[in-house]
Amino acid sequence: MFELLGIPPQALFGQLLLGLINGSFYALLSLGLAVIFGLLNIINFAHGAQYMMGAFVAWMLLTYLGVNYWWSLLLVPLMVGATGIVLERLMISRLYHLDHLYGLLLTFGLALIIQGLFRNYYGVSGLPYSIPAELSGGTNLGFMFLPTYRGWVVVASLVVCFGTWFAIERTRLGAYLRAATENPSLVGAFGINVPRMITLTYGFGVALAALAGVLAAPIYSVNPNMGADLIIVVFAVVVIGGMGSILGAILTGFGLGIVEGLVKVFYPEASAVAVFVIMALVLLVKPAGLFGRTA
Amino acid sequence: MTTKLLLAAFATTLMAGTAMATDIKIGVLNDRSGVYADLSGEGSVIAARMAVEDFNAAEKGINVEIISADHQNKPDVASNIARQWYDQDGVDLIVDVPTSSAALAVSEVTREKDKVFINSGAGSTALTGEQCSPNTIHWTYDTYALAQGTGGAMVDQGNTDWFFITADYAFGHSLEEETSKVVEAAGGQVMGTARHPFPGTDFSSYLLQAQASGADVIGLANAGGDTVNAIKQAAEFGITQAGQNLAGLLIFITDVNALGLEAAQDLVLTESFYWDLNDETREWSERFAEQNDGKMPTMVHAGVYSGVLHYLKAVEATEGKVTSDLMSTMKEMPTDDPLLGEGRVREDGRKIHDMYLFQVKSPDESTGAWDYYELLATIPGEEAFRPLEEGGCELVAQQ
Repeated sequence: MFELLGIPPQALFGQLLLGLINGSFYALLSLGLAVIFGLLNIINFAHGAQYMMGAFVAWMLLTYLGVNYWWSLLLVPLMVGATGIVLERLMISRLYHLDHLYGLLLTFGLALIIQGLFRNYYGVSGLPYSIPAELSGGTNLGFMFLPTYRGWVVVASLVVCFGTWFAIERTRLGAYLRAATENPSLVGAFGINVPRMITLTYGFGVALAALAGVLAAPIYSVNPNMGADLIIVVFAVVVIGGMGSILGAILTGFGLGIVEGLVKVFYPEASAVAVFVIMALVLLVKPAGLFGRTA
Repeated sequence: MTTKLLLAAFATTLMAGTAMATDIKIGVLNDRSGVYADLSGEGSVIAARMAVEDFNAAEKGINVEIISADHQNKPDVASNIARQWYDQDGVDLIVDVPTSSAALAVSEVTREKDKVFINSGAGSTALTGEQCSPNTIHWTYDTYALAQGTGGAMVDQGNTDWFFITADYAFGHSLEEETSKVVEAAGGQVMGTARHPFPGTDFSSYLLQAQASGADVIGLANAGGDTVNAIKQAAEFGITQAGQNLAGLLIFITDVNALGLEAAQDLVLTESFYWDLNDETREWSERFAEQNDGKMPTMVHAGVYSGVLHYLKAVEATEGKVTSDLMSTMKEMPTDDPLLGEGRVREDGRKIHDMYLFQVKSPDESTGAWDYYELLATIPGEEAFRPLEEGGCELVAQQ
């Protein structure tokens, strides 16, 4: 039997697939961040907390109201997205004329408050959320056992990522959005309600984070720290992809998931820092990120 | 004459007063926001407070003040807080300190400042081995006892080939090493190890490697949220269904609660305390739960209570708080409390008491909230912990 890079090809394929699965979470989360940054110029540090809220709201709906996973997939993004809209109207919209830093500090503070509240009420050990019966079990692919649920996560994430990219880059609504970020007063003069469009965009970005949270709930325990653990990596993904680039966020998300998966095989101790090493290297060579446009 | 008498009487009361009243400040230093906050955290403060109340410290002229802080599981943060507590805040005793790397750092600061450190939360045997200190007592459990308990039980069932998934810091390394010794002593072998950054969230890569190794047992040498996620994901990847066994080498009752019995059932685990062990533990635990949002205590909480109680007994016996007197008294006086039972503190600082091997109940067997464990075996204290001469502690060599 031949070996690739010192490990059997079966294990290698398995790790590549696992990397793809983790990458789909990175892609979904960094996509939301990129949408919000690209169109609103807000560095949304509350994104991790909103992802965590997605998982928690799904757990609450199931535990208190008996709402199942499938309804949660639909309801949770709407509910958490709505909190995003309230947030944008009440607080974030007041900061648009200020430096980026203010938005970053505001959302960072909000993230700490949200996490603190959930930690106080639910503790840190996490809460159980089962995989829905329809998606339990798995298939033996020969080189690895693929849990059905993980396969579903990849498919769902690809569909959402592609749909978002298509909506922003290829539709009329997307064209308005992009135009509004370039020149809001001109677009407003055409009779388009720019502030409302921006509010809805923020709500959509938050809904994407919440959706990722619902998808994550059955795999990871529902835990107040789950967003904080992930958000730094996701920010690195967005920086590597190029701030605000939708395509960059998606491709880098999947790519880095795969790279991280491989590092876990060859030198697990370094897996947590691999993303940051790559970020440093990319920024040295291309300061605007892989897909970023230099202003 | 009367004035003289009055003055004399006044002076005697003053002296008696100073001799009787002792001010003690206890610092509970642990994780209050991260992965170990539920198994230590605020619960340890509650446990320490209960020890002070149950001991009737105030009536015995011992004024105890309890303060607490979050060390974020970081050794540098932990040693900074410990230093500040000893130097500026007049802390006499630090308790708890989960996360072995942080505990070892606090142990060093405590030795330097000549105060007392009673560890309940951390597991590394280095605390009473090569890094033992005359100022540190390792109270509740350690990686040797866990390896003997869970590791020994798994090997006895015929699981001789192991693969370790290990948290990459002092505690994980220590637990992996101690368990490997148990496995190899029984003629088994270690087929591989994956060391993951602490804390981790996704364990599927390591589980896949463990699966590919063909080992009988996957030993989880980590704790808290890491273990919970690893067990959950092992079920997802069909690892136990395919015939491999999981050995959670350190599992707390809060972890079982987070996993749910569906995922946790049949796990074998080692603890020094379980709330439902006997009437006394039940009575205490119910009082504890009332103050802890209905959540039952972990063995770390029980150890904090037991340790503070023993310390206060030593303060009463020595009528003061001279560190060397306290330490020697705590080591001479047998330990006895409702939670960990009878035992003693060894000269290397190791507290000896019985350990228990439990199996997690299935959802059908469990009759109510927090009814999680079935007792498989009691491991006598003298067998559960590392023999005195094997630790390499300098305090032992001197004698």
